[in-house]
Amino acid sequence: MATVNFTYALKRFYPDLNTIEIEATDVNTVVQAIDQTYPGIKDYLLDDQGSLRKHVNIFVDGTLITDRKTLLDQLKPESEVYIMQALSGG
Amino acid sequence: MSKNLLFLGTRKGLVIYKKSTSSWDYHSSHFPGIPVTLAYADENTKTWWACLDHGHWGIKLHKSTDQGNNWEELQAPKYQEGLEIKEGVPATNKYIWAITNGGKSNPDKLFIGTIPGGLFSSSDYGKSFELNEALWNHPSRKEHWFGGGFDHPGIHSIVIDPRDNDHFYIGISCAGVFETTDNGKSWTVRNDGLRADFLPDPFAEVGHDPHLLLACPTHPDVMWQQNHCGIFRSINGGKNWKNVSQKKGPANFGFTIAVHEQNPEQAWVIPGISDVIRTPIDQSLVVCRTDDGGKSWIEQRNGLPQETSFDIVYRHGLDITGNTLAFGTTTGNLFISEDLGDHWNCINHFLPMVHSVHFVEG
Repeated sequence: MATVNFTYALKRFYPDLNTIEIEATDVNTVVQAIDQTYPGIKDYLLDDQGSLRKHVNIFVDGTLITDRKTLLDQLKPESEVYIMQALSGG
Repeated sequence: MSKNLLFLGTRKGLVIYKKSTSSWDYHSSHFPGIPVTLAYADENTKTWWACLDHGHWGIKLHKSTDQGNNWEELQAPKYQEGLEIKEGVPATNKYIWAITNGGKSNPDKLFIGTIPGGLFSSSDYGKSFELNEALWNHPSRKEHWFGGGFDHPGIHSIVIDPRDNDHFYIGISCAGVFETTDNGKSWTVRNDGLRADFLPDPFAEVGHDPHLLLACPTHPDVMWQQNHCGIFRSINGGKNWKNVSQKKGPANFGFTIAVHEQNPEQAWVIPGISDVIRTPIDQSLVVCRTDDGGKSWIEQRNGLPQETSFDIVYRHGLDITGNTLAFGTTTGNLFISEDLGDHWNCINHFLPMVHSVHFVEG
């Protein structure tokens, strides 16, 4: 099972958001699965075409994913996934 | 019932003022810290709508049916997978730039104008949205629409004819004015008489930049626009436009415009120097009013800063109800006049940048 961690910033919109474990082999499956648990969260992470939003980052085992369009970066059985936001704005 | 609430869509949330017997006072704020690009109350349903631009998390749409005590997030309009702004550029909803009901005969209808140029309509009052394909597939779009201020073209104005709700107009920066008489099934370009000095051919059919398009509510064939290249007025529902800018005087470049609800001859603009210097002329903030359909303009400065002002008013930053006008500026000032602009009071100097101003029946 992969462990999925979220930036605290998303707690504002999903107060019940917590680290969860998901059976998945790629990042896209992770996003689809968390959207089942937290309906609508996918739209916070992905744009209309399913690409990762510009200021959202996903790390798998400490490495930024490379496929931001289709999210097919592979996971290991015990991967640690971090869904983070870029630091920007004012 | 009078419109005694004032919605301010600001860079740091929705801020609401309320009119008491003698003054406008702070009432409440919503979505603290989140940019609210537009805040709108539907006169027909009394529903409040807020359009948010989170930046990181995308654009969002919220509604409230209990005067802002509770807000519900709805799925914002989305471009279907595979749609492209132009060759190789995927279409995604970047910004909600216009929102309006569908007129009194369509209480369940809602229109939303977006960047990159898609018009969405909902026939179930926001539960789902449909892209207007006739407009999206208009032959001019891919070649002759382009961004002005933003990277991509956007719909910032939707004007519904109160006599026939299947008849409406949209304003696009940059493309121009488009009219439909069959509820969006087909579209006619209405840019005759406009000029676009930023194009090789200033009189091109498409490619104009109406910053804001309005019609007089009680005389809907009289239309006004503050355009990138001046102020234009039409007396025949957009079939022809006449440049009513001042040749020598401030009423020329700007973003916003307001029209009196009953008097189609009376309108207000808030000018800046020009598109290349977007500050008030001589650092003095001025509102210009015409009482004769744009033949002449008077300057209204009473109560406005006349030195070191850097205020610019965005296209949705001015509104009118009765004899009362309000505008909010890019530097966070809120001004209100109760006498058609003859005298202004500054209500707050310390707001965030103001994106939109909207009078609401409370």
